[in-house]
Amino acid sequence: MTMVLNPILLMTFFPLVGAAVILFFKSEQKSAIRWTALITSLVTFGLSLWVLAAYGRQDVGIHRLWFRIAGLPIHFHMAVDGLNILMVLLTTFLTPLAVLSTWKAVEERVKGFMIFFLLLEVGMLGVFLALDLVLFYIFWEFTLIPMYFLIGLWGGERRIYAAVKFFLFTMAGSVIMLLAILYLGWNAKTFDLPALLAARDSFAAAQIPLFAAFALAFAIKVPMWPLHTWLPDAHVEAPTAGSVILAGVLLKMGAYGFLRFNLLLFPQASLQLAPWMAGLAVIGILYGAAVAYTQKDVKKLVAYSSVSHLGFVMLGIFALNAEGLSGAILQMVNHGLSTGALFLMVGFLYERRHTRLMESFGGLWKSVPVLAALALIVSLSSMGLPGLNGFVGEFTILTGAFGSAALGSPWFAGLSTLGVILAAVYLLHMMEKVFLGPITHAENRSLPDLSPRELAVILPLLVVIFWIGLYPKPFFGLIEPGVAQILAAVQSAALALH
Amino acid sequence: MPLGYYLALSAVMFVIGIVGVLVRRNALIVFMSLELMFNAANLLFVTFAAYYGTIIGQISVFFVMTVAAAEVAVGLALMVAIFRTKHSIDVDQMSSLKG
Amino acid sequence: MLLSETLQNPAVSLVPWVVFLPLIGLVINLVLGQRLGEKFVGAVASLAALAAFGVAVVLAVTLAGEPGVGKFHLLDWIQVGGLNLGWDFRVDTLSVTMMLVVAGVGSLIHIYATAYMHSDVRHNGDPSRYRRFFVYFNLFILAMMILVSADSYLMLFVGWEGVGLCSYLLIGFWFEKGADGTANAKAAKKAFVVNRVGDFGLLLAMFLLFWNFKSLSFDEIFAQAPALAQAAPGVVLAVTLFMLLGVAGKSAQLPLFVWLPDAMAGPTPVSALIHAATMVTAGVYLVARSSPLYLEVPAAQQAVMWVGALTALFAATIAVAQNDIKKVLAYSTISQLGFMVAAVGMTAYVAGMFHLITHAFFKALLFLSAGSVILGLEHGHAHSHNGHNGHEEDHFDPQDMRNMGGLQGRMKTTFWVYLIGALALAGIAPLSGFFSKDEILAAALHTSPAIFALLIAAAFLTAFYMGRQVFLVFFGRPRSTAAEHAVESPALITVPLILLALLSALGGALNLPKIYTLEHWLEHSLQHSLVVEFNLTVAVGSVLLALTAIALAWWLYGKRQMRASDPDPLAAPLGGLFRALQNKWWVDELYQAVIVRPYHALASWLSGPVDSTGIDGIANGLGQLTHWAAGSLRRIQTGYVRTYVLVVLFGVVLMLAFLAFN
Repeated sequence: MTMVLNPILLMTFFPLVGAAVILFFKSEQKSAIRWTALITSLVTFGLSLWVLAAYGRQDVGIHRLWFRIAGLPIHFHMAVDGLNILMVLLTTFLTPLAVLSTWKAVEERVKGFMIFFLLLEVGMLGVFLALDLVLFYIFWEFTLIPMYFLIGLWGGERRIYAAVKFFLFTMAGSVIMLLAILYLGWNAKTFDLPALLAARDSFAAAQIPLFAAFALAFAIKVPMWPLHTWLPDAHVEAPTAGSVILAGVLLKMGAYGFLRFNLLLFPQASLQLAPWMAGLAVIGILYGAAVAYTQKDVKKLVAYSSVSHLGFVMLGIFALNAEGLSGAILQMVNHGLSTGALFLMVGFLYERRHTRLMESFGGLWKSVPVLAALALIVSLSSMGLPGLNGFVGEFTILTGAFGSAALGSPWFAGLSTLGVILAAVYLLHMMEKVFLGPITHAENRSLPDLSPRELAVILPLLVVIFWIGLYPKPFFGLIEPGVAQILAAVQSAALALH
Repeated sequence: MPLGYYLALSAVMFVIGIVGVLVRRNALIVFMSLELMFNAANLLFVTFAAYYGTIIGQISVFFVMTVAAAEVAVGLALMVAIFRTKHSIDVDQMSSLKG
Repeated sequence: MLLSETLQNPAVSLVPWVVFLPLIGLVINLVLGQRLGEKFVGAVASLAALAAFGVAVVLAVTLAGEPGVGKFHLLDWIQVGGLNLGWDFRVDTLSVTMMLVVAGVGSLIHIYATAYMHSDVRHNGDPSRYRRFFVYFNLFILAMMILVSADSYLMLFVGWEGVGLCSYLLIGFWFEKGADGTANAKAAKKAFVVNRVGDFGLLLAMFLLFWNFKSLSFDEIFAQAPALAQAAPGVVLAVTLFMLLGVAGKSAQLPLFVWLPDAMAGPTPVSALIHAATMVTAGVYLVARSSPLYLEVPAAQQAVMWVGALTALFAATIAVAQNDIKKVLAYSTISQLGFMVAAVGMTAYVAGMFHLITHAFFKALLFLSAGSVILGLEHGHAHSHNGHNGHEEDHFDPQDMRNMGGLQGRMKTTFWVYLIGALALAGIAPLSGFFSKDEILAAALHTSPAIFALLIAAAFLTAFYMGRQVFLVFFGRPRSTAAEHAVESPALITVPLILLALLSALGGALNLPKIYTLEHWLEHSLQHSLVVEFNLTVAVGSVLLALTAIALAWWLYGKRQMRASDPDPLAAPLGGLFRALQNKWWVDELYQAVIVRPYHALASWLSGPVDSTGIDGIANGLGQLTHWAAGSLRRIQTGYVRTYVLVVLFGVVLMLAFLAFN
């Protein structure tokens, strides 16, 4: 396959084309800019389906020498496999929806917004597809820049604080990861992931500190308790589309990093530290749920619910068995869909009332029944109602964690299952305060219900929410080779440990 | 003449240059002091080139002179610009970059 | 295989239609309902339920001719690692019995609701919600059908939580009504959350099952149950006890019963269908379905039995002191569920299922008749309101029995069907409740005298509070103008009532002593059910006891004419006890103090001092530290060129010195 027609390459960098086209428009041509961005992201989604069709073929990746630093080769290595295919699809699926959601919400500096948004998509796709540590690191850092500006320029009142906090937190973690990457490169004489996996022995002695260095960067991104405090600020201040992408995709980069690098490169350390990581995950689940319950700002509530949900993902990852890992990857997608949809709902409310405080709502089911009904479905998906996507993920994760040999105790899963109750508590609390009860504010009496455009944003999400809930088989099928790879690494490490 | 004389002259020129940069407040004088330091270096280059019989030192001098000329050109342009706003080229007044 | 051989009859492949038909109904109503009007909506929803009933009948006929277990694999579901779950349906006598009850009683309630909701939506001022009601109602039938037709615990759990969702939606149907406008919404939330506590137990039970049996499907688990109970009795005990938590949540048993009384906030057909006849019996069904597990662990049987018997008595005591016509029935439901749970606890599964069926008949009947009474009173209230120019107080409660009285003359049909329901519930021969309750009492006497004592006391109270209710509502003279002007409900409402009254009266025929139709029918699914011979002493004794209780009720409530403002005749003799009963033993307040408020305080503490000040404080503290350090260091940057030059000079000198002397 030639370089030009490589689907992975085309898909990853196609948004750049759109961004370049947008550069030629005048700032006032908002509609043209929006349509260009939407079409670009839709074409990118189409290209990702092409990647999906080519999934499993050997020649589809790109692997060639890029340049050398101090004699160490850096490869331009991108490929699609079981670990990243769903993440790629999630990214390309959510981006057009997020773009469409900004139609009315973003009125100022539309040009810059769309350019940054498309750049962000490039960065995210690159993070998921890169299989060379240096290339990965470049994309990883690259995603920071557009997101920083999206929060800092189009955000709410405390946007600067939130943007800087977001940037510094992530940066602090990634710098230490960079050190670990350099250490790996010097010892194994390569940054290429497959080669590093083959040369695992060259850094076997330092597995635990290396694991910790990578884990810090990823744990901040996930975010795991107690490194989560940047998230609520970033979410509350970010524009709706930014929140959707932040929750839907950017957080997944952290969990994905654990799967791709921590587990594969340092399986022994992963086994040894699994109970600790799972312990933090369990704290995150319960803590996030409890803190979410007391929030007055709906968006902050959803943000803390993310902390809780990502705790489930981390628990599944460190269950280190087939059920837990598959459930975790699926739950990453589920969280992207449900929480993304929840943020969209909050955004719709904000566009109507210019507030997100629960006390200024109440009884909205009466004035906006369609919005309310869809918000209920999305909340139910988020709290893991069987038949919807969240349940499939949560159940497999908890099943996996319950019998996990690496965790060695059913207590992790048992305590996490309490999170199922707490999720119902805070989400139904939100439903009650926002949509049920009597209408307490006159201006809520005559709000417009969802427009066709808003429905077009939310319905695709609902379709997938039901699809995964009722028939997740194709999704698990895509994940399976990736999980098998991790399991093989973990099993050989377990043998080596004993 | 022995090598030492040249070296001594170069050192003296350099020190005068440094003192000039350190104590004078007029930006033009500071520039001239800088030129003096450049030329002290040039003198060393030429001296050692002659002493060792190579040409490399003399070539370096051309580079230094070019850089010095460019630097003066930029510097003077800056001075003019600053003078237009501040009506002074006192370097002590140009301290808005202080922490 | 533990159970009879697999059924190959093609009729089995019909079973997914019990789920699809309500689905079709709800989709049609969702898409077209708004345009086509109320008649269409009601007809579609009722037909969907009726059609599901038809499918259940076909399945029942098939099973009658050819007993066995039919299975139907619709679609793969979760297949990952060791998990191998599909959308697998199961057709055996137990599941079909449940389907018949759900769809049969459900259809009647659907028909009733077409008329009831017509006036309810108008009374509450939002006719556009008529369609929404029937969409929810069909969704409930759908979820309940999944629950009863599942062939694995996980699919059962889908229905289990699905009916919980419908319950949530329907309790909060008038979400802007109730005390403060928020009571209904809060009741809905409470129901869901309390149920989730139970579901937590069920989830843990499933995890244990999966890791010990490597499967979640019924047959595979039950086949290995005896062996595992030998090898690891603790595991089976844990599974069954966690399951009991789920049962307590869904079937409103101690200590999780608190949601059901509040659930009466839903419209009356909802109370009848979901919170009396079908959904709340899911727990009983679960224990019956899991009988091969419970049979292995006597300790779990004991636990189930005690929970059931205690709940039966506990709820019955509360019912005695309630004034809301629906609240009495709600506590009565909890109490009767206690009977069923106690029955399945003592492995008398058939008796439990029998009572489940007859209870579905007479309790649906009672709730629907109560609905009819409420409608009549609302009409009377509206009528008198117009006539009297709004003299009456604004907060007229059409559900308060103190405002009723003398309805026997004005609502004849309702009175007679109510009487049949009440007598059936009180266990008067030969109505259906007599037979089913007697089977349970006989089994209790056989198993444990203590349980028997609890249950017989509950039975006495049952007859008493039903007598009290009938006398308060239908006898004496009207105690409000609304009751004076109450009118009988239309035929669409009374016809289902009459049908249910027939079923309540004759339902006992399902399992007559010596003939035992239901038992033979169910023995294909429930093989080791405890069967106790008909006990004439118990039967006669319990009827006499019930008659005594009714007589006592008459003496207290029927003999004298009361006024609406009079204190309850029991208040004086019982004193503080009566206040405890009226306040439901303060269980809600207890939970509020022990669970809700501490959780709220904990959450506030976590989000305030811990999260904002503590964790985020550390992060911001690091930032401030950097800020302070930078602030101190910045003095070095004077802005004077010559300072920098001097520093450079020193630097160069230092470096040269280092190079020279090193």
